[in-house]
Amino acid sequence: MASAGSDQASGPPEVPVTIKLLVAGGFGAGKTTLVGAVSEIRPLRTEESLSEPGMNVDILDGVERKTTTTVALDFGRITIRRNLVIYLFGTPGQERFWFMWDELARGALGAVVLADTRRLADCFPSVDYFERRQLPFVVAVNCFDGARRYHPADVRSALDLDPVVPVILADARQRTSGRDVLIALIEHALQEMQRRRAPAAWAPAP
Amino acid sequence: MPAPEDHWLDEEAGPVVRPYALTRGRTRPAGEVLDLIALVTAVRGVEVDRVGLDPEHLALLSMCRLPASVADLAADLDLPLGVVQVLLADLRSLKLIAVHHPTPPAQLPDMQILREVADGLRRL
Repeated sequence: MASAGSDQASGPPEVPVTIKLLVAGGFGAGKTTLVGAVSEIRPLRTEESLSEPGMNVDILDGVERKTTTTVALDFGRITIRRNLVIYLFGTPGQERFWFMWDELARGALGAVVLADTRRLADCFPSVDYFERRQLPFVVAVNCFDGARRYHPADVRSALDLDPVVPVILADARQRTSGRDVLIALIEHALQEMQRRRAPAAWAPAP
Repeated sequence: MPAPEDHWLDEEAGPVVRPYALTRGRTRPAGEVLDLIALVTAVRGVEVDRVGLDPEHLALLSMCRLPASVADLAADLDLPLGVVQVLLADLRSLKLIAVHHPTPPAQLPDMQILREVADGLRRL
């Protein structure tokens, strides 16, 4: 691969490729667990909207101290090889952090929506968001201990998913299971991109 | 496309929070917002005028001697992402860093790279 458009003398010889994937789902659906199972996980702090008046912030406090003005995202990195790296971002679960989703989703290849069958409705907003954005996503049904097992077809029907969206049973705690979810997402994104580049070859039912 | 920046505070808010004292109250970077996965590299062989640079600017410069993503830098420096984006924009305007913007997925030159990613994941 040539280094396109790089005119600085000491630039890297190969153009690095960075891939952004999102992990979404309701509160407690296992986002942190999944990111941590497949990658080295670190918190990434970001700002919450400071619209509430009268917020009590002591500006004399140390920088290190966590204040109510920041929110932590789960951030993980998987190095496939030199110059090919996947970055995973767990989306903040609460509605007041929606503003962050746009920044997270910008340039993303795709998303995993974690579904907890005990609270399936919690993942509706994520599904809606990615559908509206036309961002390829897969639904991973996190099989919690003690939760009733559902057939993927039931989940698909309950979420009213497009038939092309993969639904996978997963265990977010297991590295191999989390990895398989990511592989399914990459393959789905690949198919979606090929389909969009050749739109005539595939006609969805209305 | 509506600017997601609309959600950030404007300059009138001033340095409400301690981290923003680092940026003198600025919550928006100068110029385009750096993507979370943009890669930043310190430009080598440039005399760095330390006057006007904060310790955090210098820390960022030393952390990106090798290409580092904006998200990695923010996590390593343990500062909020927005603050790091402002500080990096300062360094960019001083031509102390080079920024490699990520290729949008729709503009990837070929699909082979994604097959390589899937194969790489299988080996994990």
